[in-house]
Formats: sequence, C-alpha cells, structure tokens
Amino acid sequence: MSVEIDIGHRLGAFTLEARLSAPAGLTALFGPSGSGKTSLVNIVAGLLRPDRGRVVVDGEVLVDIERSIFVPAHRRRVGYVFQEGRLFPHLSVRQNLLYGRWFASGGNDRDAGHIIDLLGIGALLDRRPAALSGGEKQRIAIGRALLAKPRIVLMDEPLASLDEARKAEILPYIERLRDRSRVPIVYVSHSLAEVTRLATTLIVLADGKVAATGPTDQIMQRLDLLPPSARAEAGSLLESRVESHDDAFALTTLRTRAGTFRVPRVDLAIGHPVRIRVRARDIIVATSAPQGLSAINTLRGVVTEIGVADGPAVDIRIDCAGDILVGRLTRYSVETLGLRPGLPVYTVVKSVAFDRRSIGAPMQGAFDEDA
Amino acid sequence: MSWLTLTPEEWDAIRLSLRVASVAMVTTLPFGLAMALLLARGRFWGKSLLSGIIHLPLILPPVVTGFLLLVLLGRKGPIGSLLDDHLGIVFSFRWTGAALAGAVMGFPLMVRAMRLSIEAVDRRLESAAGTLGASPPWVFLTITLPLILPGIVAGMILAFAKAMGEFGATITFVSNIPGETQTVPSAIYALTQTPDGDAGAYRLTLVSIAVSMAALIASEWLARRVDRRIGPE
Repeated sequence: MSVEIDIGHRLGAFTLEARLSAPAGLTALFGPSGSGKTSLVNIVAGLLRPDRGRVVVDGEVLVDIERSIFVPAHRRRVGYVFQEGRLFPHLSVRQNLLYGRWFASGGNDRDAGHIIDLLGIGALLDRRPAALSGGEKQRIAIGRALLAKPRIVLMDEPLASLDEARKAEILPYIERLRDRSRVPIVYVSHSLAEVTRLATTLIVLADGKVAATGPTDQIMQRLDLLPPSARAEAGSLLESRVESHDDAFALTTLRTRAGTFRVPRVDLAIGHPVRIRVRARDIIVATSAPQGLSAINTLRGVVTEIGVADGPAVDIRIDCAGDILVGRLTRYSVETLGLRPGLPVYTVVKSVAFDRRSIGAPMQGAFDEDA
Repeated sequence: MSWLTLTPEEWDAIRLSLRVASVAMVTTLPFGLAMALLLARGRFWGKSLLSGIIHLPLILPPVVTGFLLLVLLGRKGPIGSLLDDHLGIVFSFRWTGAALAGAVMGFPLMVRAMRLSIEAVDRRLESAAGTLGASPPWVFLTITLPLILPGIVAGMILAFAKAMGEFGATITFVSNIPGETQTVPSAIYALTQTPDGDAGAYRLTLVSIAVSMAALIASEWLARRVDRRIGPE
C-alpha cells in the first residue's frame, strides 16, 4: 500500500510542482498556509484535476494526464476527512457512518463495530450531526471515511477548527488508527506539534514544491529544511518509556537511550512507551558539569556536527548514547565555548520545556524491547 | 345555515379549480426542478435571457399572458394547430387550457423557490459524498434532493396556490364556461355580475380563504418538520 504522486498544477499565480511518495503509516504533508498541501490532497481525491502528471495508489493509476486517465472521485476509494467534517446534516450519525459502506461492496459488521469501538463513537449513533461537539463530529468524519473501505485516507487539517482540549481528545484516536489499521494516511497540517506526534514520514512543502522528505525524526532535526515559522518548534524526537512517577512534585521520569528525562507528570502506566519532542531552542550546552542550575535534565553526549549558520543562530547535533539531540545556539556561544565535533558536552533541558503537545504515544515497533 | 350550502354549479367550480391546480402543480414539477437546477448550477450563454423569459409571466399583465397563449396555442395558432392535427391535443376552451394557464403563471414562482434552495446547498457536502463512493446521480438522490426538499415543497405550494387563484390569463385563454373552464375565481367574477349572485360569491370566497389557509399551514408545518430534522449546522 503506497501512493506515488508526480504532478504539476497552476492556480493563478501559484504553481504546484510536486513529486513524492507516501509509504504505509502516517505521512504528514507539512508546510505553511498556501504551500499547496490541500491542492495536493484534492488532486489525490479526484476533486481537482492537475495540469500534468500522474497519481498512482496501490499500483492503480488514478491520474495520468498524458494518457488521458482521470478516475472520477467516486471510483477512487480514497477516504477524505475534511477540515470542517462535512457530515450530512439530514442523516443520523449511524447513516453518516454507513453512507460510504453502502457504495463499497463487501465489508462486514465486525469491521464496522471495530472502527466504531476504535473511535469511541458507539454512544452517538442515533444522534444528529447538529447535536455533536466539534471533536465528536471529527471522529464521526474519520469513521465515515474508514467505513467506505478506502485504500488510502486523506486528512486535511482535521484538527484545525478545534480548540486545544478537543485536539487532545482526538489525537489518541488518530494514533491508534495509524498503529492498528493498515491503510496509509496522508495527513495535512501546518502544526509541527501534531506532525511530530503523529507522522512516520514527513514531507515538507514550501511554495508548491517539496522542500524535504524522509522519516519524521530525521527531518525534525534538520531545522534548515523546515519553514522558518516552524523552526521554533522543531527539534529531536526521542522514544522513551515511563520509568517512575513522583507524585510529590508532579513529575514523571522517562527513560530514553540518552538517559532519563524528568517531565511534567503524564498519566501513563510504568513501562508505557512515550514519544517526546525536545525542541532545539530549549537545549542548553555546557562544557563542564553544570552546578547550581534549576534545570534538572542533564545528559552527557558528544558533539557530532556544527550546522550552517542561520543569522545569529546555528544548530549543533549531539550524540547522547545513540539518541541524537539537536540544539539551536547562538554562533557566539559556539565560538566562546569552542564547540567542535568530537567534544564531550553536557546537554541541559528544562523539565517545563515539555508540554502535553510534545509528549505523545509512540508508533508501534518504533521502540524495541532491547532498546 | 341554508345560505352556506353550495349549489351544484359552485361545487363544479371548486372541483375544477382543485383539479386544474393539482394538474398544473404536478405536471410542472419535473420541468420546474430541471429549470431550477439549470439556472442554479448551469453555466451557459443566454442564462439571464432564459431566466428573464421564465419570470415574464410574473411581471406581464395576466391578460397579456393569456392572450399570448391564445395566439400560440389556440386551435388556429402555430403551436395549437400542430398539436391538434398531429396529437389531437386541444387546450383552448378546455379545462386542460386552464391548467396550462395556471402552470405558466405558477412556473416562475416554483422555479424561484427551488432555485434558491439549490443555491443554498453546501456543495462541499456533495464532493464529500463523491469521495465516499457516490456517483453523481446518487449524490443528487441522497444528498442534494433531501436538502432541497423544503424548497421543492414551497415551490409546489406556491404553484398550486397561484393556479388556484389564476384569473386573468385563464379567462382570456379559455373563457368562462361553467363545468369546463369556470374555476373558482371565474365563478366569483361571474356571480358578482349577476343580480342575486352575492351569496354564491361569499360562499366561494370563504372556500378560497379556507383552501389558501390550509396550503399555508401545510407549508409551515412541512418547513418546521424539515428544520427539526436537519437542524442548525
């Protein structure tokens, strides 16, 4: 199951010229507004006809303009979760969910029950869409797309219209979906927090072109590849497990390969895998063991790379027992500390730098038992 | 209470009016819906001209519309003679002519109500249905049609009411023949022209008011029902 896209399209003064492939798992299309993300998924869904190029899903050619192939949207079996839900107001939740299944041949009630359980929407079936909260609507929209038995699911900023609490309500469902369903998901977002939490593969779009593509943890460390607006949120992704809780101080200790991190308390069982994002700008580097410091996470590592200067800032990479941490420092600090590849350093991260947006459940298989 | 009892002639007029209005409403429905879709969704040259022609009976004096119908569809008229010779259909001075006059007069009202409701449909819902596997005809049947149902009902009721009340075009086109083309308005008009006709005119006036009120209440009730079902999004 994979998607291959190679298309060109003009919309007024804007030109979309993209070539990319989305493997199994969740592929995030990330970029600022107006970078062509929605046009790209609309082309895959058949809602927009590109000027040139091809779209191949799972070996089947859906679009090949040169050969005059354009499969209409209703025959593509591409699930689409829209930003605004687009539930049918005249149908009940149950009828909305089963709408696509009615057109898709096959499928049994066990599948339907499974998806309804997965999304936690069993209690809503007899309601009308108008009586649902924003978060519930989006869960129904996701269920409706899945029940049409799609070969691929497109999600166009499904959380953009929701507040933080509602986002936090839906993110775990999308994580479960990514891990338990074998359908590839293409997820459009301009929020790095969502992308780092969800994506296995990250594709960065800028001005209608692919700026970077690769596994999320690798792209996240390359601040130079990300759009300037996202650099403040970028950093390293580490897989960890819950080691202990400290109720007195409301902290949780997480173990990574690099060492332990103490973060604001997370309500997960001991041993539960957790993916954390360490923002590059939250990292402090010291050449000797720091003392009298309020920050409580200190990890030992070795500088592996000093990046290219970006104005006053420069990104350095530090290898902490196999986990790579990226730090964004001033060029001034790098020079006065004499940082260079091979130099052993202490890396300091404040605990409160971690918030609920930077702590999430990891991808299955991403954290091996022996790690 | 005897003055309230309808005479057989008055009953004839009421039955004829109901038949004329029902036939006018039902036969224009498919054309009205098709025209509303064309005007709401179509993009073609001469669209505003077409829209203008359809709305013309709303603005023209009804007598003019009736006269045009007589000229075109009368037995000697260019269309009327063709229909008579080849299909044996005659409109002039028949109740079918009254239905046709009512239909022509009600058509713009029906198209207008339906067109507005079609334009109010969120087309993004239709594309969502498409991605779920519904082909365009299915999208129309399962999404568009249910969503525009209030507009369709409103259009039908307006067309029915217009055909019930139509007078000028009807009397010009098919005259005022008791039992054949004398609808309630024509009958009231005729009664007001006779010395002892007042009682009959009152009776038929009451009937007209009752029918109009019933149509209004029915349309309100239907609109509320649909509103409750769809709810505010």
